[in-house]
Amino acid sequence: MIESIAQQPMLAALIALVGLGIIFGALLGYAAEKFKVEGDPIVEQIDELLPQTQCGQCGFPGCKPYAESIASGDAINKCPPGGQSTINAIASLLDVPAPELDAEHGEEADLKTVAFIREDECIGCTKCIQACPVDAILGAAKLMHTVIADECTGCDLCVEPCPVDCIDMLPIEHGLKQWHWPAPLKTADLIASDRVHQGDEGRAA
Amino acid sequence: MAFKQITSPHAHAAQNTAQVMRLVLWATVPGLAALTIQFGWGSLINVVLAVVTAVICEAAIIKLRKRPVAFYLRDYSAVVTAVLLGLALPPLAPWWVVVVGSMFSIVIAKQLYGGLGYNPFNPAMVGYVVLLISFPIQMTTWISPLSLLPDGVSHPGIIESVNIVFAGYSPADGVTGATPLDSFKHSSGLVVDQIYQNNPLFSQAMFAGVGWEWVNLGFLAGGIVLLATRIFTWHGPLAMLGAIALMSVIFWDGGSSESPGSALMHLFSGASMMGAFFILTDPVSSAVSNRGRLIYGALIGVLVYIIRAWGNYPDAVAFAVLLANFAAPFIDNYTLPRTYGHTDRRRATEKEEDA
Amino acid sequence: MIKTWVTPGGVHPPENKHQSMTLPIGDLPIPERLLVPLSQHIGAPAVACVKVGEKVLKGQKIADATGPVSVPMHAPTSGSISAIEDRPIAHSSGMLAPCIEITSDGKDTWIDHQGIADFEHSSPQMLIKIIADAGIAGMGGAGFPSAIKLNPGHQRPIDTLIINATECEPYITADDSAIRERAAEIIEGIGILSHILGNPNNILLGIEDNKPEAIAALEPHVADTGISVVSFPTKYPSGGEKQLIYILTGNELASGSLPADAGIVCINIGTTYAIKRAVVNGEPLISRVTTMTGNACGINRNYETLIGTPVSHMLAHSNFNEAACSRLVMGGPMMGFSLTSADVPVVKTTNCILAPSYSEIPDDEPAQPCIRCGMCAEACPASLLPQQLFWYSQAQDHDRLEAHNLFDCIECGACSYVCPSNIPLVQHYRHSKGEILKARDEKVKSDHARERFEFHQQRMEQAERDKEAKRAARREAAEKAKANSATSTGAGSAADIIAAAQARATAKQVNPEQQRAKFERSIAGAEMRVTMAIEKLAEAASNQTDEQTNILNAAVESAKQKLEQAQVRLADHLEKHKELDSEQVK
Repeated sequence: MIESIAQQPMLAALIALVGLGIIFGALLGYAAEKFKVEGDPIVEQIDELLPQTQCGQCGFPGCKPYAESIASGDAINKCPPGGQSTINAIASLLDVPAPELDAEHGEEADLKTVAFIREDECIGCTKCIQACPVDAILGAAKLMHTVIADECTGCDLCVEPCPVDCIDMLPIEHGLKQWHWPAPLKTADLIASDRVHQGDEGRAA
Repeated sequence: MAFKQITSPHAHAAQNTAQVMRLVLWATVPGLAALTIQFGWGSLINVVLAVVTAVICEAAIIKLRKRPVAFYLRDYSAVVTAVLLGLALPPLAPWWVVVVGSMFSIVIAKQLYGGLGYNPFNPAMVGYVVLLISFPIQMTTWISPLSLLPDGVSHPGIIESVNIVFAGYSPADGVTGATPLDSFKHSSGLVVDQIYQNNPLFSQAMFAGVGWEWVNLGFLAGGIVLLATRIFTWHGPLAMLGAIALMSVIFWDGGSSESPGSALMHLFSGASMMGAFFILTDPVSSAVSNRGRLIYGALIGVLVYIIRAWGNYPDAVAFAVLLANFAAPFIDNYTLPRTYGHTDRRRATEKEEDA
Repeated sequence: MIKTWVTPGGVHPPENKHQSMTLPIGDLPIPERLLVPLSQHIGAPAVACVKVGEKVLKGQKIADATGPVSVPMHAPTSGSISAIEDRPIAHSSGMLAPCIEITSDGKDTWIDHQGIADFEHSSPQMLIKIIADAGIAGMGGAGFPSAIKLNPGHQRPIDTLIINATECEPYITADDSAIRERAAEIIEGIGILSHILGNPNNILLGIEDNKPEAIAALEPHVADTGISVVSFPTKYPSGGEKQLIYILTGNELASGSLPADAGIVCINIGTTYAIKRAVVNGEPLISRVTTMTGNACGINRNYETLIGTPVSHMLAHSNFNEAACSRLVMGGPMMGFSLTSADVPVVKTTNCILAPSYSEIPDDEPAQPCIRCGMCAEACPASLLPQQLFWYSQAQDHDRLEAHNLFDCIECGACSYVCPSNIPLVQHYRHSKGEILKARDEKVKSDHARERFEFHQQRMEQAERDKEAKRAARREAAEKAKANSATSTGAGSAADIIAAAQARATAKQVNPEQQRAKFERSIAGAEMRVTMAIEKLAEAASNQTDEQTNILNAAVESAKQKLEQAQVRLADHLEKHKELDSEQVK
């Protein structure tokens, strides 16, 4: 029988291919069972990388829903609070090229901010409390409200609903504790700036 | 005085990159001198031609990249690349071979990858390999060493050399000849002793191959100077030479007709010494840690021997270096030094240290 | 000869120590104003306990320690407090921080103080308290409160006391000169430390072999004290705590651990002198030896400097030539930081003021590309790969940086010192460390925010579910009631129906009353709001902007409207019930 198969190249090729297919299929199936990885589902991993401001600028009601959407194929550049660093992190997680931030959803802020309620103007309407995604605003109806600055994510969501516009987004103050060395200037910048320096002040040596 | 926010340290050692590069250039002088004495003016012309081409290309690309030209040219790195390429090319090679190689080294292998410090492959060796594959005839035509020239024939003088290089004159009969590694490779069927007796390249040599042993000694001398001035550490060069020596001893095969040759021949022929001290010590494209450089050097040594003994090319430093360049990041990943206060060395891609 | 170990790496910069050693330790005139920063140490800043205008005596406490890791501050001279406010302090950032300014009265009158003559009979706890109250923080550089280092309760007993007299940085000679002139007192201070620590087995005084005079000055005093003076070859940075411990004991401190975890206490030699003064003489830490050096100064020497002395005062008494000076550095040329103002004061950790000329320390050259030459790796005392750290720093690849042990970098500057490409490596590392710490901090915050968001979501969903459940329950009840009434109509007696109708009627009768009360309440509330809004408007009208007045106006209007609505509703209600009542009467 083997001989007769060997004399029919078509048949031989067919059998060989099918045979190989079965063998490799079995191997792959075995490997998939044997080396199954119970890793973090991708949604959790993406959610880890998002800044958790819950601001909704991406168009989703919170970071987790956006993470779910990314996992099912949405663009990864819709998060202005996270900025480019978050996009890069997600891109490297998903192994895709990192796009620029989508300006449609807002711009990356230079400074982190927290909400601050001008308390003597607050009328106690509780609208901001309902808007706050992380329950960072304290207060009750007809009583003055205040923001717990440490809990505030700076998401902006409370500013819009306030009927008397008494909520400001203030930059977080930086003191000695927060200070750290800035990155050194790039050489190209340094040389250019040196030229400017020498031009306008010279050196008293 | 300006009150500027300047990070420590405020004091700096006097040595700068340009000085390092200049020192490397000075260290090539003994090798270049040996090449010139043994093989005529060809190498010197190669070097000058390669340097001029390289500097022009480097300046043009830096200009294109809108960087300060003078600042980047002053680091001498293009000159070093060009000198090394010039030294590696056969003397009296046509001018366009040198120009193409030098251009390729600087433009493609160096600047297109981001310039000094960013090239993953040794630029001089990339240029060399491109030439070797593209123009095999020109690249394998070597000059006979001084003492093996036929009676009445001498190396062409400087004017004639220039004519040969630029105008395509052909050198006099008997001026060209095989290299020791080449002749050894093509003397199959003879046991080593027979080759050594019959071939003047070996029979008239002190210990390795006529002419070439001097060239290698020259590069060895330059290398020792660089080692002494701590431009690089001993790890890479010693590992490479050690690996070549070890491989030749293991496969010496008692000097039979199958033997790939003695350790001395391999160490002092071809580009062994130049490769060990001037090529694989290029820090940009090599492994970074001392342990990494040991492995990197040994890998080059082994590859050089394998290609010389069983490959198609008589010499192999360029190929070996490029292959090891590929492996350098991989080697780096596993050869981080053990840091003070840690019980074990870590891996470069490790996320969290094991307790 | 005591065995020493050799650290990897290290550099040998020109020492430049002789310039400031030609003269003995000098005194400066008392500056007119002294500026005492409230934070000169690691830990929580002190809190001022004096008021502006108050008179203080020399050595009087002017700021209390807060929390366990903190030290108090004392007045360096007598005078009056002229300000407590933010001023530029000695910090790389050049930022302002709270300081107490004292205007000297020129009398330099000491407060009453008394030391303990025979400390050997005092308990360690008491001595530690004296050291803490004297405001002593490590004077070698970091400024860690000394009392904490000495505090018992370490996990393992202290068997080695190391006195750091290495002074490996170029130019600085503060410790060297102090040893030469005050060896006896320093040894006494070490005796106090030894007593506090329960006489540890080894007391090692580590000193580089470039200070033979200092070693000679110590020798006569150490006999029979159990103190071993260990000299070892000069190499920067042997004076780093980790490096010195390795040199003297051959032990490496595990990454992230403290010397105490290995049974070691390491104290700077200048601190031992301050401890002696505090315990035996009862003097708090109000002055220290500071080296004034550099070619831009005509006089190079060490001064006994009051804490709070402005650097400009020191310069003024040292023939300072500003035009010749390339930069002002507090500390040495390897780890010191450049000053952004000459008004910053000398603090407890200031061992040197360096005013170099342009030829000594020229302006930095622009950085060239890194060629990974590896000279930095050869120089690194912690066996790091600085070139790789630089590479990943540029890319801000935090994972790789941590895998390359960035946080074991002691920022000694040896790598930048040898770098042929003039790359400011240390600044890259400092920046990256800051960024990583910031990222860690943000991670904690974002995890917390996620938790709160999830809780918020859960709460909202729960509320929704509860509402839904209530609605369902009501619906069910209504249906049941319907079914009940249906069955009762079918089978019930007439009496039942009448009873039910009566019950409904009573229920209805209750309702209108309640409703009326509710309407009345809301009217009262609305009235109150109107009056309040009007009051607010009146109050605000004088000093508010038009915009805000408008807003308040609008608020008044809406309050009035609401009041009207409430009144209308009440009127309607009353009207309706009149009809109802009359119907019922009929």
